[in-house]
Amino acid sequence: MTTAPLLQIEDLHVWFELEDGGELHAVQGVNLSLEPGERLGLVGESGCGKTTTALAIMGLVPSSASVSGRVLLEGVDILAGGEEAIRPHRWADIAIVFQGAMNALNPVQTIGHQIVEVLELHQRAKGGAAKARTGELLEAVGIPAGRAARYPHELSGGMRQRAAIAMALSCNPKVLIADEPTTALDVMVQAQILELLDGLCQDFGLALILVTHDLPVVAQLCNRCAVMYAGEIVERGPLETIYHTPGHPYSRMLFAASPDLAGLDEPVLSIAGAPPRLDRPIDGCPFAPRCDSVFDACAVRPRLEQLAADHDAACHLNSRVPA
Amino acid sequence: MSEATFFAEAPAEGGTSKRGFVLQTLRHQRVALGATVFLAACVLIAILAPWIAPYALHEQVGHVFGHPSWRHPLGLDDGGIDMVTLLIWGMRVSLVVGFAATFVSMVIGGAVGVVAGYFGGHTDNVLMRITDYFLVIPDVPLMIVVAAIWGPSLFHIIIVIGILLWTSTARVIRAQVKSVRERVYVKRVRALGAGHTRIVLRHVLPQVAPLLVASTVLTIAVAIFDETALAFLGLSDPSTVSLGTIMEHGFQRAAISTGKWWAIVWPGVLVTLLILACSLIGGALEDALNPRLRVAHLSARTFRLRPLVGRGKDAV
Amino acid sequence: MSAEPTLLEVEDLVVRYPINRGLVGSATRRPQRSVHAVEGVSLSLQRGEMLALVGESGCGKTTTAHAVLRLVDPVSGAIRFDGHNLVPLGPRELRPLRRRIQVVYQDPYESLDPRFRVRTAVEEPLLIHRLGGSRSERAARVREALVRVELSPPELYLDRYPHELSGGQRQRVAIAAALVLEPEVLVADEPVSMLDVSVRAGVLNVLDGLREQGLAILMITHDLSTAARFAQRIAVMYLGRIVEEGPAAAVVEDPQHPYTKALLSVVPRRDPRDRQRPQILKGETPDAVAIPSGCRFHPRCPVAVERCAAEDPELSQPVSTETGHRAACILLASQRVADCDEPHS
Repeated sequence: MTTAPLLQIEDLHVWFELEDGGELHAVQGVNLSLEPGERLGLVGESGCGKTTTALAIMGLVPSSASVSGRVLLEGVDILAGGEEAIRPHRWADIAIVFQGAMNALNPVQTIGHQIVEVLELHQRAKGGAAKARTGELLEAVGIPAGRAARYPHELSGGMRQRAAIAMALSCNPKVLIADEPTTALDVMVQAQILELLDGLCQDFGLALILVTHDLPVVAQLCNRCAVMYAGEIVERGPLETIYHTPGHPYSRMLFAASPDLAGLDEPVLSIAGAPPRLDRPIDGCPFAPRCDSVFDACAVRPRLEQLAADHDAACHLNSRVPA
Repeated sequence: MSEATFFAEAPAEGGTSKRGFVLQTLRHQRVALGATVFLAACVLIAILAPWIAPYALHEQVGHVFGHPSWRHPLGLDDGGIDMVTLLIWGMRVSLVVGFAATFVSMVIGGAVGVVAGYFGGHTDNVLMRITDYFLVIPDVPLMIVVAAIWGPSLFHIIIVIGILLWTSTARVIRAQVKSVRERVYVKRVRALGAGHTRIVLRHVLPQVAPLLVASTVLTIAVAIFDETALAFLGLSDPSTVSLGTIMEHGFQRAAISTGKWWAIVWPGVLVTLLILACSLIGGALEDALNPRLRVAHLSARTFRLRPLVGRGKDAV
Repeated sequence: MSAEPTLLEVEDLVVRYPINRGLVGSATRRPQRSVHAVEGVSLSLQRGEMLALVGESGCGKTTTAHAVLRLVDPVSGAIRFDGHNLVPLGPRELRPLRRRIQVVYQDPYESLDPRFRVRTAVEEPLLIHRLGGSRSERAARVREALVRVELSPPELYLDRYPHELSGGQRQRVAIAAALVLEPEVLVADEPVSMLDVSVRAGVLNVLDGLREQGLAILMITHDLSTAARFAQRIAVMYLGRIVEEGPAAAVVEDPQHPYTKALLSVVPRRDPRDRQRPQILKGETPDAVAIPSGCRFHPRCPVAVERCAAEDPELSQPVSTETGHRAACILLASQRVADCDEPHS
């Protein structure tokens, strides 16, 4: 494939200032690429840095945080140049949908008004045209256009999420980032939203980054996946490959940690311990204290290495010479 | 691998659940710290009044309305008594009345708030209507009536102020108790079959205590103000010396119009500082206790997460 | 059916929450509307068995659990525990029975008093019920409870505050606090839904182990995969009723009710190649204030017929009486009749 990727993230680091003066190294050198129309799952548990990565891509981390690295959108580094440089790209090129739509919808405005406001501010449409386009968008996400006059609190959780998706799509972005879009929703509503995202991505040719802790959800919607642990990517590649031949013990153990209807007799095992603190430098592999296959090489921090075409993992087990 | 050696190493959460919340807040907010030091100093001075007042309380040491001088830095009042002495003794009475009235109102308000919030239903309705009733009673006319019927005395002032001030505490405590009551660990203990006494004493009150402290301190401020105002209007016990009565004497003896400002200004300043100190401490505690509603939304213009109200650290 | 004794039996439970009419509404005699949270639920729980009550939000599963715990008063129905009907009992008579039915809540971050150390939190139930003898005997019981939830050695945990523990550890402490009274029934309300995926299995395995030691567990969950893996029986609820009930394996592999079938088809599987055709229902669960006529599922049912809008089906037994697999769908009864009429091949 010789076409340049749509989105290329190079060596992204994010540090947060702590109250006592220390620093939390929340994202530690993340490299990702996204092709047009591709669906990438960014998977990990709470505290692994996946949401921070998603926010950093759009320059939405709080001003007290420091970010380094490059985010190349169609070849142009949108992080260089500060707030003014990245602002035109938000909504129009990259849009984000949050969990529960709690952080997207203004509670004191109707949903129709909010979408119209976005359209007018970014010169996509004005007045009557904006209203018409809003109606179209709402229909596209499965909300009857008449509901445009409702306030967010008058809608159910699933409806609010759809409204947030409509707002995100209003300026025809190329990339949609969905941060835990279905986590707080019932399984049937979750299925509806996932089906909606699937259809929208196909119809509008969107690239999708799905940030979630729920592996089966990723399995349903995405074709590629990046697993994060302690601020870095530990495995990356097509989902099928990672499921059948995981290159990192964390990925393997994560799959085995939830019961699955297709394999009810298999034991379900938790991963003992807790993720490491990110306010101190980590010696060796960050997963070593919890890993079931740790050996002496793990005292050195592993790097992401290519296991096969388009499959990378950061684990010494892969380069272990069989005895 | 056992979980034995892995404790969540995240820094301990803050919030009212940590012990020593009150002390922590006071230590960290500089303004509150300064106010606390000042108030503590005043209380100490008031306690030690009999020993550290430079002159005896009713001893005439100079002319009526004597000017401030080296021996009497704050001047003399209408009876030739040293102002510093007066202020020390006066502050003592003002603080005593303030604390005592607050104590009365805290006991009533706390009890009403806890009972209304905890039991809800009819009890709550009845208690809240009683609270509303007390809210609308005007304080000065009530004091005038009490003074007219039973004679003016410090004890009456304490009771009157106490009866008038408990209502806001009751409301605030009631709201907090209602919310604590719905917390999962309280429901759990209720499901276990714990009696009301146990739940209130061991689970509800400790959560409500910091708010009670904040409310108490703020009430002291109001109580001191109320006492001073009532004394200034001549409704207090004329035989006691409080900051209000000092001002009243000065006012009656035309201190202002004759230019003897020190007879009124100093007690006024001291009262103001005391009230200010209490308000700052109480305000700092209340602020720290307020759960910040993190309601925000994506701004259409900038796509940043915009808070609903305010900017920066004050954003809500 | 196993010969284990039935510990808990719920019969035709009905729970409604009145909607506040306010002063004006009461004065003008506006009709009292209620949220029909639970409308005729019957279930039974045996020793050493886990029954999973499964459904989406608003189906009434949590309300059923609260009714069993007598935290809410049912409008009608019976809750039998050890021969006693719990419904008419007052707080004093309930107290000794309460000891034998314990609860674990969903939120590990809220279910422990943040001011209590682990030691005090686990000991408190003993103090409330005045059990456990002397101080040292109580301390021994506390230690034993911590060991049973695999917080071992207990000395490491006794003096910790909740905020020093992880979510999984806090949940285990909550279970230990429930176990210390040696209950016979444990109601677990979404015990792992707020925990990270990697620690859920630990807590679920602890519950499974306790069940094998004889504890009866009523688990409320929205996660069918967890229910299928850990529960012996599953009851699927929709809008206040049980629509299907039976052995976990049977319900999951051979679902009879259209709602169960749809629900199972949309549960995400972790194998990316396992893309079954999901049956995504339209719309969302209606409000429990305005319940549809006839079968309450019929507006969303993919196979509904005209009769479904008029008839309210009972939980019948379509599959077999031995396993007790039942579903509430009128189509099943006619299916059975049709099957019976056909010559056996």
